[in-house]
Amino acid sequence: MEDDTKQTTAWLTAPILLSYALFGTLPFWIEAVGLYHYLGAEILIWVIFALGYNLLLGYTGLPSFGHGAFLGIGAYAFGLAQFEVWPNLWFCLAAAVVVTGLFGAATALFLSHRRGIYFALMTIAFGQIYFFIASKWTDVTHGEDGLLNIARLPVTLGPVELPTAGNVEFYYLCFAVYAVLVVVLWRLTNSPYGRVLRAIKQNETRVAFVGYPVTLYKWSVFTLSCAVAGLAGGLFAMAQEGAYINVMSLQWSGIIVLMVLIGGGFVSFWGPVLGVVLYFVARDVLGAYTETWLLWFGLMFMALVMFKPQGLAGIWQDLVRRTASRRRRLPAPATEAEG
Amino acid sequence: MALFEARGLHKRFGAQVVLEEINLAFEAGQLSGIMGPNGAGKTTCFNVLTGRYKPDRGSVRFDGADITGMAPHRIVARGISRSFQIMNLFDEYSALDNVVIALPQVRARGFSVTHALDADTDARDRAEAVLDRVGLKGRERVNVRSLSYGERRALEIGVALATEPRLLFVDEPTAGLGTGATARLAELIRELKRHTTIVMIEHDMRFLFSLADRISVIHWGQVIAEGTPEELRENPWVRRSNLGGLA
Ligand SMILES: Nc1ncnc2c1ncn2[C@@H]1O[C@H](COP(=O)(O)OP(=O)(O)OP(=O)(O)O)[C@@H](O)[C@H]1O
Ligand SMILES: [Mg+2]
Repeated sequence: MEDDTKQTTAWLTAPILLSYALFGTLPFWIEAVGLYHYLGAEILIWVIFALGYNLLLGYTGLPSFGHGAFLGIGAYAFGLAQFEVWPNLWFCLAAAVVVTGLFGAATALFLSHRRGIYFALMTIAFGQIYFFIASKWTDVTHGEDGLLNIARLPVTLGPVELPTAGNVEFYYLCFAVYAVLVVVLWRLTNSPYGRVLRAIKQNETRVAFVGYPVTLYKWSVFTLSCAVAGLAGGLFAMAQEGAYINVMSLQWSGIIVLMVLIGGGFVSFWGPVLGVVLYFVARDVLGAYTETWLLWFGLMFMALVMFKPQGLAGIWQDLVRRTASRRRRLPAPATEAEG
Repeated sequence: MALFEARGLHKRFGAQVVLEEINLAFEAGQLSGIMGPNGAGKTTCFNVLTGRYKPDRGSVRFDGADITGMAPHRIVARGISRSFQIMNLFDEYSALDNVVIALPQVRARGFSVTHALDADTDARDRAEAVLDRVGLKGRERVNVRSLSYGERRALEIGVALATEPRLLFVDEPTAGLGTGATARLAELIRELKRHTTIVMIEHDMRFLFSLADRISVIHWGQVIAEGTPEELRENPWVRRSNLGGLA
């Protein structure tokens, strides 16, 4: 992830503003391109989930194959907070974040001193454990039926109350959450903390030998990405007006990995966003023609892994680099030219 | 009392005993050399001394405190740093960023999520000074993968130096270097010696004998000989081994 200095010190960058412009106007044009408003909300929720997940996968190099469990936990926590405690949007979202963060923190205790395949296997094990618990603990989760009738709670800002029941209204709630979160995560990934995470991905041993408590960093980033998953889960519960177990399955945990990799989470902050958009557009566009769209999507994934492991973001970076060096009629910067 | 002292270190991997019984003491302000044949356990000894592995028996003391089995980052915080025999750099980072992350001032804010590192001119100046010291001036922005082998070896030491250690362990710094680069490295180490206590594993005996104040020979997981370079020249094991023109 090579970012120039001007970008890495800014709070609002050109890509962030561009994403605001695109997502901010989406309800006005999405139907014109043959899609629908609910899809927009779905995309933003998964973008939030994917951006948080990429802290772990793309930045720290820690492959979690059980992350869907945390999206599910966030959805249940949101629903239970609404039914059992206080049906207030801010409270319920906070509950989803905190509860999922706590589950993440506890899980991370077992994971943060592990590396590579052992780390990956443990995440699968924990994902399966949570899935199993959710399916059997029917008093709380209602098992296969799901936790039904979760309401889209209105946004309360002092005396003002904005409804979120309609898909467009709800979309703008998701957009507001996205707009804040993307800046927070952008700053975070360009802070010293983010720098250490990226160093851990490259060489965990050396990070320890220049004085960083690597285990604590891995624990904290796992917890953080779970908290973000919880936030996405809370929104997801409202979107679906229910919390269901299927997102906690191994398959859905795999799909988030696929989205982030296809988008290029390893080389770009924006990789997860591209991947999520591609996934959902492919689902709806390819899905309209063929039942086996996931097969085609999977083949696309394989082709990408074979020919361009850096994903969509990697292809984009190559294009930018090529046109930039052609325009200047100069060789690419030394760091690239010799690489 | 010595700045650093190891007593009765024993380390095994499964059934294979690699360190039988290691006793070592390094005096402040000196350059201590370690030599020995391939597979003698020199790197393993460094790994135990710097916290990568816990010893099965024995103790390690630094500056009066027991640091046996302490995690590497705690040992670094006390002022010990090391370079690696097999290069251990951050391959996606520029030379500068490799050094920046090792600076104590950056480490102190490692959990900061608001500080903008790229705007931190003080950190950059310090990192540039470190790169200048190890002969990488002008190569700051170059990606590690694009550096030459010799430059990466220099950076390997630069990263270790950036933590501002009082005691620096270097593992075979000349490995794979040509004569010119080896001479420059000798220059650098002579300069470092003035402010930093150094322990150096080295196969190139001419290099080691010209720099070290004391040398320990490790063989079969034990220290089989110890002394000044002059004393060791008379040692039968050293005489028998490939000293070449030195003896
Ligand atoms: N992590 C490990 N697990 C198992 N065996 C190991 C491990 N580290 C080292 N060894 C073994 O310990 C022995 C000593 O290795 P070590 O790297 O310490 O030797 P050395 O003196 O540094 O050799 P060289 O001069 O070749 O660098 C070798 O037989 C090696 O295979
Ligand atoms: Mg060795």
